[in-house]
Amino acid sequence: MIEMLRPQVSSFAGEIDSLIVMVTLIVGFWYLLTKGMFLYLLMAFRAKPGQKAQYITGKEKHLKKWVTIPHLVIILCDVVLVAGAVRVWYNVKQFMPEAEQTIRIVGQQWAWTFVHPGPDGELDTDDDIAMIDELHVQAGVTYHFMLESKDVLHDFSVPVFRLKQDAIPGRRILGWFKPEVAGEFDIQCAEMCGIGHGIMGAKLYVETPEQHAMWVNDNSLTEVAAATQTEVQR
Amino acid sequence: MSEAAVHPDGHEHDHHDHEMTFVEKWIFPLDHKYIGKQYLFTGMVMALFGGFLAYAFRMQLAWPGTDIPLFGHMSPAEYNAAVTNHGTIMIFWVAMPVLIAAFGNFLIPLMVGADDMVFPRLNRLSYQVFLLSAIVIVASLFVPGGGFGGAWTAYPPLSAVAAYNLTPQGSTMWLLAVALEFIAFLIGGINFITTAMNSRAPGMTWEKVPMVVWMICIASILFMASVGPLMAGAVMLLFDQTIGTGFFDPARGGDPILWQHLFWFFGHPEVYVVLLPATGMVAEIVPTFARKKLFGYKTVLFTAIGTGVLSFFVWAHHQFIAGIDPRMANVFTITTVLISIPIAEMMFLYIATLYGGSIRFTTPMLWALGFIFAFLIGGVTGIPLGASGADIYFHDSYFVIAHFHFTFFPIAFIGTFAGLTYWYPKMFGRMMNETLGKIHFWGTMISFHCLFIPMFVLGLAGQHRRIYDFTNFPELGVPFLQDIRVFCTSALLVLLAFQFVFLYNFIVSMFRGEKASENPWNANTLEWATPSPPGHGNFKEFPNVYRGPYEYSVPDRESDFWPQHHPA
Repeated sequence: MIEMLRPQVSSFAGEIDSLIVMVTLIVGFWYLLTKGMFLYLLMAFRAKPGQKAQYITGKEKHLKKWVTIPHLVIILCDVVLVAGAVRVWYNVKQFMPEAEQTIRIVGQQWAWTFVHPGPDGELDTDDDIAMIDELHVQAGVTYHFMLESKDVLHDFSVPVFRLKQDAIPGRRILGWFKPEVAGEFDIQCAEMCGIGHGIMGAKLYVETPEQHAMWVNDNSLTEVAAATQTEVQR
Repeated sequence: MSEAAVHPDGHEHDHHDHEMTFVEKWIFPLDHKYIGKQYLFTGMVMALFGGFLAYAFRMQLAWPGTDIPLFGHMSPAEYNAAVTNHGTIMIFWVAMPVLIAAFGNFLIPLMVGADDMVFPRLNRLSYQVFLLSAIVIVASLFVPGGGFGGAWTAYPPLSAVAAYNLTPQGSTMWLLAVALEFIAFLIGGINFITTAMNSRAPGMTWEKVPMVVWMICIASILFMASVGPLMAGAVMLLFDQTIGTGFFDPARGGDPILWQHLFWFFGHPEVYVVLLPATGMVAEIVPTFARKKLFGYKTVLFTAIGTGVLSFFVWAHHQFIAGIDPRMANVFTITTVLISIPIAEMMFLYIATLYGGSIRFTTPMLWALGFIFAFLIGGVTGIPLGASGADIYFHDSYFVIAHFHFTFFPIAFIGTFAGLTYWYPKMFGRMMNETLGKIHFWGTMISFHCLFIPMFVLGLAGQHRRIYDFTNFPELGVPFLQDIRVFCTSALLVLLAFQFVFLYNFIVSMFRGEKASENPWNANTLEWATPSPPGHGNFKEFPNVYRGPYEYSVPDRESDFWPQHHPA
């Protein structure tokens, strides 16, 4: 359902969407039941001439089940919800699969710098490719990212990945993703970062292996990339 | 209580039937009813202001870059200031003063059978500090550089460093106003708790106290217990802004995340600080108009206390993706999902109260039922946000906006309308117009749902908060999503228009409404034993309490209500 609004491009997007659907089904069922009961009671017990209300305190033994049973059912549902949520959280945020490539993402007011490993596949070497507001990744490759900020809090958010992570000045936050579908997508800043927050977007290019190899080849030799890279290192 | 009977000039009065002068009523009041009304009117003015800000930024979102009627062109800085101050004002200057201070002041002495608050002078001071804070927050929008635009959560380093937020005066005034407002409510909270503990009428044991009094007291305790860390944080942030300390500056050994912990340690209990008084009012209104005893008085009380205690252990669910240790999220997911148990149970008990009732759909009852109806949506949509795995996608999206407006709007507005329409006869001695009341109810409820339900869809589509023009993002600028934004804004315009029906009814009824009897709703609690409106000193004859507040439709009795102060 969610993929109709926003495609699933990362390996864990489907997992997060399924969790959302599961939560919606569980709470939705109880929500509809409760609301149905509520509306039924309003209809059934509207004031009728000459009819007095009943006197019920809520202390009666046979009525207590109306409190205890929903109570137990909620606890049971809560256990299922927590188990599902923690499993997805663990897979996305706690467990780090082996990296095939590592990139560095730096947020600043109001632009993103993406440092890609160059032809040698290693970050922090002379052939790194630094780009402003453009992230180029290869479909099917597991990426680790190192997220940093130069000034205030930012948030690296890629809706098609279902991924979001705050960037904090003074810290380097590690995360991972694995893009699976080629295409062009939006990157947004999702943490209020000042006047330009509303324009702090970037482009994500998920490329096939051939496209990506071509892109690396085109950019690792240009002087522009080298110049940007020295500036970033400084 | 003796303190309450002493007048500003120092000598003891026989305070019954004493006519107060205009100054005694409105400029320097000591009477709890007038201080309550001051809070109410100030809150209503601030609600109009907060509503105007919402109007301005919703117009910008629907038709980006166009001239907004009554506002003009909106710059990104103005947009940020508008969303920031809309949130801050609606929570701290509308929900807090109206739900806790206005109703707490007006209702607690009347409902426990006292002549006034225990500390009337502190009470007056509380309002005066509050008024000052309101003036500061409004003024902060008009200083050079404009109002603070770093979101109502004011995360540093953005909020701490003028070079980052570009609002050097606005951000300091914003912080100062919030700190002053906390002082006002600390003073007020002490008063509410002390009055409820010490001034209850003879015979009013703890299990005979009306639920709304309980709820306002629990809310005040929550506020007082949670606000300390944030006050400390606010002082540190103020120092970072003004004298160059580095509490939240990582380059000098500080930590921006520290502020988030201090803020949300207060921020989450704060939700329940305003929620509990609203549910308390619903607990008064539903039994009155269902002519039914509240189902499980003690259980309702325990759910409120349980919610309050648990609310101190959930704060980091606001920070799942903020860069805290990912293992922490698992703990806070469990506590967050746990808090659904007491609060859902409270709603079940209110719904169970309807069973076997004889329900009258008066305007206050419609609002109380509307609260349950809307708040259920707010409650269930909190679960996917509390579930850490799903929050990775939903965090800071419009799903969050839709969720918390489905909690805060029922609290701050639907709950307030329930309370205002119910106690209006006691506050002003006249009845409100029922037809206008029902037009206002249906208009507000329908437009409110049309305004916020589409935002769940926007959130599912990955739309983030606090972006002043979505057409800058190719994925979000598509016509389908823009149409939803236009629909939301149109619903907001309808919602705002219907509030003028209420204002007209509220003001005109004050002078032309039908005169109210002492007890127009045939209710049980003690405030209905006073004249409408009560004079200075409240009670002609101080009541004794013989039974609980919800003895409706007791078998073998002629009338279907049994006031607390009537001897057996």
